[in-house]
Amino acid sequence: MEPKEKLSIVCFSGDFDRAVAVFTLATGAAATNREVTIFFTFWGLNIIKKRGGHRWTGRGILARFFNFLMGGRNNLPLGRLNFGGLSPKLMTGMMKSKNVATLEDLFEAAKELGVHFVACEMAMHILELSREDLIDQVTEVIGVSTFLDRSKDAKILFI
Amino acid sequence: MAKTLDITADCCPMTFVKVKLALAKMKSGEELDVTLNEGEPLNNVPRTVTEQGDQVLSIRQEGKAHHVLIRKA
Repeated sequence: MEPKEKLSIVCFSGDFDRAVAVFTLATGAAATNREVTIFFTFWGLNIIKKRGGHRWTGRGILARFFNFLMGGRNNLPLGRLNFGGLSPKLMTGMMKSKNVATLEDLFEAAKELGVHFVACEMAMHILELSREDLIDQVTEVIGVSTFLDRSKDAKILFI
Repeated sequence: MAKTLDITADCCPMTFVKVKLALAKMKSGEELDVTLNEGEPLNNVPRTVTEQGDQVLSIRQEGKAHHVLIRKA
């Protein structure tokens, strides 16, 4: 068989709608025989924090405060018209009623399909997050040069 | 007896995600009968399955839906 096509996604945003886009592309690509890596950086790290809601994750006071305000995967805001967190819940309801996979469905499918989750060392350093603060699915904490090296023969998307 | 999977109620990308995951759980030589809609699923599922080395045994239409019979490599 030919070598697998590769897709690398830089997940920079922690917005609900963009996270849906990231995981739709990732699962779609993995299910059609591509090797997929998601590089979570900055607000994207919110998606892979172990604790999904508004929790005091991190080390220093400022970092803990920031992480509390941003929260995690259960309360990602909509990019526009968030209405204090109401819109993502409405959107999830609409997705369910139309039989479209929700973010959580896509997230679980990505794990099952063996999508590689990697986290950005530098952004973790700023937000004072350690490996233990992130879900077990994260296989590596890497920097930009390692990411680019791994993605040499991949298509790269920035979301 | 082939296993069955109905993805007529599903949307992209869960249609082919479900097929991929169902095949991953099966043993070599086992068969999977997938019920799907025309359009994206019918265009995509047989192609993807063939690409990954599995075999499409037959495609037949039943009413609005199509059945794709797959044998896992």
